[in-house]
Amino acid sequence: MIRAPLAALAFVALVAASPGPAVAGPPPAGVLDLALDTLEPLPPDPSNRYADDPAAAALGARLFFDTRLSSNGQVACATCHVPQREFQDGTPLARGVGVTARRTMPIAGTAYSPFLFWDGRKDSLWAQALGPLESLVEHGGDRAQYAQVIARHYRAEYERIFGSLPELGTRDAATAVFVNVGKAIAAYERRIQHGPSRVDLFIEAWREKDVPPADVLSDDERKGLALFTGKANCVQCHNGPLYTNNEFHNTGVPRGAAPDRGRFEGIAAVRADEFSCASRWSDARGGCPELDFLAPPAAGHERAFKVPSLRNVAARAPYMHAGQFGTLAQVLDHYNRAPTAPAGRTELHPLRLDAAELRQLEAFLRALSGEVIAPAPDSRFVQAGHGLPSRN
Amino acid sequence: MKPHSNRRFIRDLARVAAAIVLTAFTVGCGHLMGMLEPQPAESEFGWGPRASQHQLYTATLQPTQPLKARRLLTVPVRITDAGGRPVDDAVILVDGGMPQHGHGLPTQPRVARALGNGVYEIEGLRFNMGGWWELELAIQTAAGTDNVTFNLTL
Repeated sequence: MIRAPLAALAFVALVAASPGPAVAGPPPAGVLDLALDTLEPLPPDPSNRYADDPAAAALGARLFFDTRLSSNGQVACATCHVPQREFQDGTPLARGVGVTARRTMPIAGTAYSPFLFWDGRKDSLWAQALGPLESLVEHGGDRAQYAQVIARHYRAEYERIFGSLPELGTRDAATAVFVNVGKAIAAYERRIQHGPSRVDLFIEAWREKDVPPADVLSDDERKGLALFTGKANCVQCHNGPLYTNNEFHNTGVPRGAAPDRGRFEGIAAVRADEFSCASRWSDARGGCPELDFLAPPAAGHERAFKVPSLRNVAARAPYMHAGQFGTLAQVLDHYNRAPTAPAGRTELHPLRLDAAELRQLEAFLRALSGEVIAPAPDSRFVQAGHGLPSRN
Repeated sequence: MKPHSNRRFIRDLARVAAAIVLTAFTVGCGHLMGMLEPQPAESEFGWGPRASQHQLYTATLQPTQPLKARRLLTVPVRITDAGGRPVDDAVILVDGGMPQHGHGLPTQPRVARALGNGVYEIEGLRFNMGGWWELELAIQTAAGTDNVTFNLTL
């Protein structure tokens, strides 16, 4: 433990000393830990045996863009998860058939997260994908309708992957098809990943040469990195190569339109979820450790929300679970002041950063942008934008 | 003033004094709550062997790989009694957290399996950030219950 603060201090000293002679030494652990090339290989999803099946991913990509999977024929996953916009929509509350109570979450890198949604009420990408499909304000349809869409438009592809389509007409048969829709979409989504940012290039070059490179980040961006891992301690939660510990924290953000207990209710919801890892629809045979060791709801979960990745954060305004803040400057001001939480207790403490430091942190956050890598969708979808062209 | 109310007055005074010192410290340190809870010496860190509070047991963590943040971990721990003999009939409860951040473990780990020769598996352990973590084991046998605390650096 002594080592990390010392290294951070050394880093602060190093940056403060610039542009003087560079001091040799490796990046401190908290900095090293952020490099994208330290990201582990995609973790397997034992609950979805089609997760790494390329044919399932190809089908999933088509389903992701298919507006027939909605009550009004106008809403696809891609309606809110817009590929050209980091797979999100840039609005405070998501708009499908109606308006949701929370902000659309981005998709890149979420295959690394044990729990999905702002409250973690789902424990796999496939279970997550099924939620909006039956939400009255998102896709608005139901499993029986979607099973018919598969039977009518995707029978051959479906049967090549999942075997014969069951005789539709019972809820169980519809659910079986519905679950496979989720598993195919998840197979596509888990391939959506982050590419490197300038900060990655900076850390990797520093690691290689034992000296921070002079020409990759600006002075403000470098000082912002030192604050991020030091005085501002953003890495307390935004740690690792995805800039998230994938946990849930109360940071005292203002109320959205409706009261929201966040993780407190998400824990009960994931335990009870019809499509959890422990459900009959899961393929997991070796147990569900994430569910098994899930801590019960406690006071600390009140208004705790998912820690999002900060990769590409500059392109994803507005911020927080209900889009409460319009700009990064507003977000940083909130973290700097650490106001009392509307409910529960905030985990923040005032940072006492001055205007220059806030500017440096923002500059650093803006340097976290990089490409989002997604499997090339079928060429028909490129022409069609967000929806599917007619396939008569 | 009766003796007990006298004691209460002194206790209250001590509390007020502690609150003032604490506030001054908090203001001085900004958000670095860590300063409030002093970190043990470097020699107090590590996988053990570590004696329990009342010397009933000695516990040694035996991880098969480095403890990495953000992963669900299974960590074997070996328990011996005061005479150095392996303890195979213990019930072990797991707790812990980050004293400098005021939070517990993000998961609810448990010891469900005894492997023999005093070795048990702590399952479902996760550390979600770098820094100083405490891992506390409550060890119960017919000989009594005792606690051991490991200080770990992630």
